[in-house]
Amino acid sequence: MRFSRKRLGAVEAKLDRIEAGVLTSIVGDLLELLGDDDETEQDPLAALVGMPSGPVERPADPALARLLPDAYGDDDEAAAEFRRYTQADLRAGKRESATVVLATLAPLLDRGGKVLLDREHQDAWLGCLNDLRLVLGTRLEVTEDTEFDPGSDDPREQALHVYGWLGWLQESLLASMDPGAR
Amino acid sequence: MTAPAELDLPDVDESTDEDRPWVAIVWNDPVNLMSYVTHVLMELFGYPREKATAMMLDVHEKGRAVVSSGTREQMEHDVSRLHAKGLWATLQQD
Repeated sequence: MRFSRKRLGAVEAKLDRIEAGVLTSIVGDLLELLGDDDETEQDPLAALVGMPSGPVERPADPALARLLPDAYGDDDEAAAEFRRYTQADLRAGKRESATVVLATLAPLLDRGGKVLLDREHQDAWLGCLNDLRLVLGTRLEVTEDTEFDPGSDDPREQALHVYGWLGWLQESLLASMDPGAR
Repeated sequence: MTAPAELDLPDVDESTDEDRPWVAIVWNDPVNLMSYVTHVLMELFGYPREKATAMMLDVHEKGRAVVSSGTREQMEHDVSRLHAKGLWATLQQD
C-alpha cells in the first residue's frame, strides 16, 4: 500500500486485497472499542435542553482512555466536568473518521486497487491511522525505543509489524498531503 | 442579634489570580509521529512550519510545550481540538 500526490491536492491510495482486509478488520476493532455514547442512559429533561446528563467516567481501558484523555492533569473535578460536556463529540468525531475509512476500503476488499482521496477524506484517514496507532501502541506498551522487528519468539511480533506498518502508512500519507514536510 | 463572625479570609489577590492566562500544553508520548505533531500544530493554529517544528521539538525533547494561551474557555476549545487529532493535551492556569 502507498499514497501518492495527484493533481489539485488529491491523494491516491493504492492497496492490495490483503492490506484492505487487514485495515478493515482493525478499523472495525477501533469502532467497537469506541462504542457508542448513546448506550449510556440519558436524563430526558437534560436531553431536552441539550445538556449532557450524568457524570461521564474516565474509560477504564487504557487504550480508550488514550483516545479520550483527561483535559486537566491535576484537577479531577474539572476533568470530569470537561468530559461530561465534550466526550460524546470527541467519540463521534473519531467514529466518523473510522467510518469514512471503512467506506473507502469497501470496494477494494475483493481485488484491491486505487482510490482517490479528497482533502476531507485525507484528514479522516490521517486521524484514523493515528487513532489506530494510539490504540495499538498503548496495548503493546511501546516506548520510543521499541523495535518493530523483535524476532519470532516475541509474542507481540505480529502486532508490532502492524504497528510499524501503520506508522509507515501515516508518514506516507502526510508526505503526500504536505510535500513541504520534513 | 449576633455579632458578625470574624471571617478568616485567605490572603489572596484575586484580581492577579484571574488575570493569569490559561495555557494549552502538549505532552510527549511515544506513539505520535514528529511529522504528525508538526502538521497538527500548523493546521489547528495556523503556525508557520518553523514555529510548529520548534514546538514539536520542545515536546519531544523537554516532554511538553505550551502551544497556545488565552482564556480558560479558549484553552478548553483548543484542548478539545488537540484531543480530536489524538495529541495528548491538557490545560492549566499559567
